[in-house]
Amino acid sequence: MSTVIDAHNISKIYNKENIPVYAINNVHLHINQGEFTALVGPSGSGKTTLLNLIGGLDKPDEGKIEINGIDITAMSPNKLIDFRLRNIGFVFQSFNLIPVLTARENVEFIMQLQGINKTEREARIQTLFRQIGLEDKMDSRPSQLSGGQQQRVAVARALASKPQFVLADEPTANLDTASASNLLDIMALLNKEENITFIFSTHDARVIERARRVITLVDGRITSDTAKVDTHVQH
Amino acid sequence: MWILQLAWKNLWRNRNRTAITMASIFFAVVLSVLTSSIKTGIFDNLIKNVVSFYSGYIQIHKQGYWDEQILDNSFENSTVLERKLLNDPRITDITPRLESFALASAGNITKGCLVVGIDPQKEDRITRLSTKLIAGKYLQAGHNTALVSEGLLKRLQLQLYDTLVLIGQGYHGATAAGKYVISGVAKFGSPDLNDRLLYLPLGTAQVLFEAPGILTSYVLSIQDPKQVNTISTDAQQLAGKEYEVMSWEQMMPDIKQHIKTDSSNMVVIQLILYLLISFGIFGTLLMMMAERRFELGMLVAIGMRKSKLALLLLSESILTVLAGCLLGILASIPIVWYLQKHPIRITGNAAKAYERFGFEAIFPTSTDSAHFINQGLMVLLIGLVLSLYPLLKVTRLNPVISMKK
Ligand SMILES: Nc1ncnc2c1ncn2[C@@H]1O[C@H](COP(=O)(O)OP(=O)(O)O)[C@@H](O)[C@H]1O
Ligand SMILES: [Mg+2]
Repeated sequence: MSTVIDAHNISKIYNKENIPVYAINNVHLHINQGEFTALVGPSGSGKTTLLNLIGGLDKPDEGKIEINGIDITAMSPNKLIDFRLRNIGFVFQSFNLIPVLTARENVEFIMQLQGINKTEREARIQTLFRQIGLEDKMDSRPSQLSGGQQQRVAVARALASKPQFVLADEPTANLDTASASNLLDIMALLNKEENITFIFSTHDARVIERARRVITLVDGRITSDTAKVDTHVQH
Repeated sequence: MWILQLAWKNLWRNRNRTAITMASIFFAVVLSVLTSSIKTGIFDNLIKNVVSFYSGYIQIHKQGYWDEQILDNSFENSTVLERKLLNDPRITDITPRLESFALASAGNITKGCLVVGIDPQKEDRITRLSTKLIAGKYLQAGHNTALVSEGLLKRLQLQLYDTLVLIGQGYHGATAAGKYVISGVAKFGSPDLNDRLLYLPLGTAQVLFEAPGILTSYVLSIQDPKQVNTISTDAQQLAGKEYEVMSWEQMMPDIKQHIKTDSSNMVVIQLILYLLISFGIFGTLLMMMAERRFELGMLVAIGMRKSKLALLLLSESILTVLAGCLLGILASIPIVWYLQKHPIRITGNAAKAYERFGFEAIFPTSTDSAHFINQGLMVLLIGLVLSLYPLLKVTRLNPVISMKK
């Protein structure tokens, strides 16, 4: 199984001048293609910071992150934006969508950024909306969708760009139990059928249950990393 | 293209905000077009009044006449020169004058006066002298009659159809004397002129001053007052060095100065106007950027290049500003047009001041298309400069910070 993310000794330090806070403290992380990994830990443990680092939104103060063997810590800001566009799918906790665009336009948007032609975009939109089960909501505005539906569209958008992996920072935090479980079903199915790599942070026990690998963070350090039988985990 | 579509949709996301921005631009354009066209209208009207009142837009004299206005600084009536000048399509009319000072007396009263020999028809076309008539009849060529200003008539204690005697110095030191029947009385706004002016038919005046075929000036009327300086320069070329060609600005520098001063006052008003709308527009931009902070961060996070995001925001600004400008121009056209047909009428002391100089205190707006274009472009420019603010914000945008709750 091929390596997608390789983070060596990364640290993120805030408040360097006064009393330094290690939001991420010397973390090694290795993610393989096709993983379905949960990043768990109490609030303030560094989940968002770690996702931002491996997503290329933020730079570590120490260490190096490689995506498919490419060092992203050395990239120029513009290169990094393009790299994110082509390699990383993002699902945020909320407000993922552009409010003035319909669901389909939001998904199409990222493909327009990539310069994909109309026919291909259309085909992909059809597939994705079928996969998230919202074929009938394609022309709805985000405000006309429930929170759960909005998150499903966000997943579709994250996948539209055919990324190497999808990062989701507490994607279910604002959802009720049924919607959260439904979103997880969809993500799990996409993972299983299309071998899409998902890394999501959460502190919801029911979501943690669904993961096949669980990485626990405490005070910016990985305190445990457990996998279910069918996943290879290297330490 | 899809960026433009998205920009268009974004304009509708917060209709009130877009409406406020567009409205401030709209009113800015309407107000600045109005100030500009009223301003120009007032000055055009002032110039027209002053100029058509007496001096005309351009005068031609013998070289040196303006500095020493005596009869000996005169020239021979020249149909050749007249024809040459009238060949220029920008020059619409020429009227000859012979002006000199004389004493007017009746009984034992004698007063100084300014005698102006005119071609009654041509003079009337340019200065509308006949409209100033308050009693009697307008002058007729060849008659031995005088048109006297109301004040002079009073000072001489005379009445219409009485006779007065003019005595003075004629051409080349000759003695000038003549007797004339007062056939008309005219009232002039300027108290000074109203006390001194006396018109004779040109031929009659030439006989009086023993100056056959002699003139002191040609008064020119022109098609487009704005071209007065180029026409004046060209006419000087045409007339040659023995003549001096003067524009009204050269003859009446104080009026030119007055207009300049008032113009700069108007510019200050316009600057304040521009400043006010700048604040209005900037306020809505600040509001917009604050409201969309998370979203803009998210767009950069998922891979939208900042240059594209800048283009998006710029398109939004341009669409708003352009729409506001166009609507403003469209709305100001009928207003300006209406104010030309139904001019602004000044009342009170200002009006009295104007009326004292014989002008009606009404000010039709100028409908010159330059007002619409210049003011529209000015506001457009302000809007575009202000929309650099979102662009600046975008270049500094950090998605992690923008997306922090
Ligand atoms: N911009 C920042 N400035 C200072 N400290 C920060 C900043 N962002 C995060 N932190 C700190 O880093 C730690 C990890 O935060 P975060 O990654 O958001 O945790 P989690 O997502 O697990 O709740 C926290 O102690 C937080 O206060
Ligand atoms: Mg977090």
